[in-house]
Amino acid sequence: MRKLILLFCVLLLALPVVAQDEEDESENEDMMVMMGDWETCPTPENLPEEVTIGAIFARSGNISVYGIPQSQAVELAVAEINESGYLGEGVTLSVIFEDSAGDQEQAIAAMTKLVEEDQVVAVLGPTLSTEAFAADPIAQEAGVPVMGVSNTASGITDMGEFVFRNSLPESSVIPGTVAGAVEALGLERVGVLYGNDDDFTLSGYDVFVEALEDLDVEILGEETFARGDVDFSAQLTNLLADDPDALIVSALAAEAVQIIIQARDLGYDGPIIGGNGFNSPAIIAQAGEDAEGVIVGAAWNAASDNELSVAFIENFEEYTGNPPDQFATQAYTGAWLMATAIRCADSVDPADIRDALASITDFPSPLGEFSFDEDRNPVHDPVVQVVVDGAFGILGADMMEEESE
Amino acid sequence: MDFVTFLQQSTNAVSLGALYALFALGYSLVFSILGVLNLAHSAVFMWGAFFGLIALDQWHLPPWLAFIFASCAAGLVSVSLEYVAFRPLRKRNAARIAQLISSIGAALLLVNIAQLLYNQIYNASDAYYPRNIQLLPFIPSETVVVGSVSIAPIRLVILVIALVMMLVLQYLVTSTRTGQQMRAVAFNQRTAALLSINVNQIYVFTFLIAGMLAGAAGMLYGMAFLNVSPFVGGNVSLIGLTAIVLGGMGSIQGAVLGSFIVAGLQIASTAAGGSSYRDAIVFFLLFVVLIIRPQGILGQPEQTRA
Repeated sequence: MRKLILLFCVLLLALPVVAQDEEDESENEDMMVMMGDWETCPTPENLPEEVTIGAIFARSGNISVYGIPQSQAVELAVAEINESGYLGEGVTLSVIFEDSAGDQEQAIAAMTKLVEEDQVVAVLGPTLSTEAFAADPIAQEAGVPVMGVSNTASGITDMGEFVFRNSLPESSVIPGTVAGAVEALGLERVGVLYGNDDDFTLSGYDVFVEALEDLDVEILGEETFARGDVDFSAQLTNLLADDPDALIVSALAAEAVQIIIQARDLGYDGPIIGGNGFNSPAIIAQAGEDAEGVIVGAAWNAASDNELSVAFIENFEEYTGNPPDQFATQAYTGAWLMATAIRCADSVDPADIRDALASITDFPSPLGEFSFDEDRNPVHDPVVQVVVDGAFGILGADMMEEESE
Repeated sequence: MDFVTFLQQSTNAVSLGALYALFALGYSLVFSILGVLNLAHSAVFMWGAFFGLIALDQWHLPPWLAFIFASCAAGLVSVSLEYVAFRPLRKRNAARIAQLISSIGAALLLVNIAQLLYNQIYNASDAYYPRNIQLLPFIPSETVVVGSVSIAPIRLVILVIALVMMLVLQYLVTSTRTGQQMRAVAFNQRTAALLSINVNQIYVFTFLIAGMLAGAAGMLYGMAFLNVSPFVGGNVSLIGLTAIVLGGMGSIQGAVLGSFIVAGLQIASTAAGGSSYRDAIVFFLLFVVLIIRPQGILGQPEQTRA
């Protein structure tokens, strides 16, 4: 009994803290002004008092490391949207969050509920590409626009004209990365190392080679490895014997660490350009100073000097207490894109919203100037990151600045 | 290929071969005494890597102590295999194939337990050894460059340990009383028992030594390649098996020789520009050896093996 009373007291104590948090949320809104400044479309007049969208994120399970920041970022965006009257006076955007838990079945159930029971006008998510492949056809069939904010697998938007994504697929990140690196470092001759028994690393390799050929960069040699390999010294010795300007590596994170370390052990200290597998803080944590000079593209980097991005980081940190990652930034941008589509459509008919979404171009966002291409895939400049002093910085930061102005 | 590249590739081959050898030694030892492949040996290796990681990363032991701990703890895991997976079957005079299959089961169990622990401790399916640990203070942590050939110091350590272990093991089996008893048990279990050799004790001893070797190999593997998971055993088990079959089942020098041949072939095929065919070449050689000389390069024909 005593324990129960104690527990009750603790709960009582915790209550004001929770309430406090909620107060904080509303105070933050003054900070953000910039996102709503984009006023291509006039303030809508025909919207009902409440517009409801759905959001499916993996909020539990081991994928929740992505799903929870995604949810928080959407909450933040919606708070900002409502605060600024983006959808017109007296119109509230509300979000129904559903948990997919990284599971395909659960994603299907969530999508069915949102589309059929809740009759939402649009959906954000789901978190994983595999979930999207399972759940998005339901939205497509019902004619409800769905936007993935973290799906990077190829073929996502092939599911139909109602399926969008704002997360750059690898095939868009790599060419920009290679172009940025070639320009900044003047690369002429490179060696290529890739895993030849994995879809992800193979497709990365194809895109790398195409990008290199487009830029007339000479490929001195190509070497392969298999998943689970741990010793890359033979391949690296071969590649390094030709004295390349850079190593191009398409590998997953575990192998990437070994490759970086073993290349350095063999005395190579030049740049190593990697695919998305390299875009992980674990690379820096594990490879230590050997990771210096590793170059990898990404949709977003916290070091970006984009004003919207800087403002978002500040607001997100205030809102959640944690710095945002790329997934949070993409989810935040996704919510704003969806709101913009609703605003421009001036309608809650999902088909109108779809058309408005598809015609968004040059939308200023934390990801940069954002557009959808004709396949509803995102178009914006990737960030070319380079590891400097144990952290991802931006390669040739001065150059990027000129571009964005 | 120029001379420097050739030297570097040879260095790569020797250091890779040493690692394979360390694993293959224990594998081969159990086979030569029991006459049964212990397919859980790779799981013991994996546990060695895991114990070493825990000792370094969680308990912050000095590396040499962590190494001894990993080796001994893996030895105990190996002994428990003898008690759980092999002895009950031997008692019932089960066929050798039953012991082989029971060792597969034990391997699965060990891997699954490790999976649970990785999830508990690291909240992930893999983990990383700290960078640049020095096994002993006088060993450099930076890459050693001789002429224009580079080698990571840990690879040199592995080479030295593998060669020393081979000599010690060879001495143990051929020149000590326990070794004599081991060979007697290997030749004929029943006869050995009649000669008042404690057969069970010999088995336990054999598993202990094999497990300690696997544990040492596991930790050195972790130090060399950093990334460890419950599945690292899979990386070496097939290669180790190939090495001992190639070198001669049950022969200690054969296991080492086989390891260096496999590593040499892998590196050579990569160096010759065929990194995609690397494993195909290794297994093709295995195939050829099995047809021409089934007992392996240094192996003795079945009847006289001891």
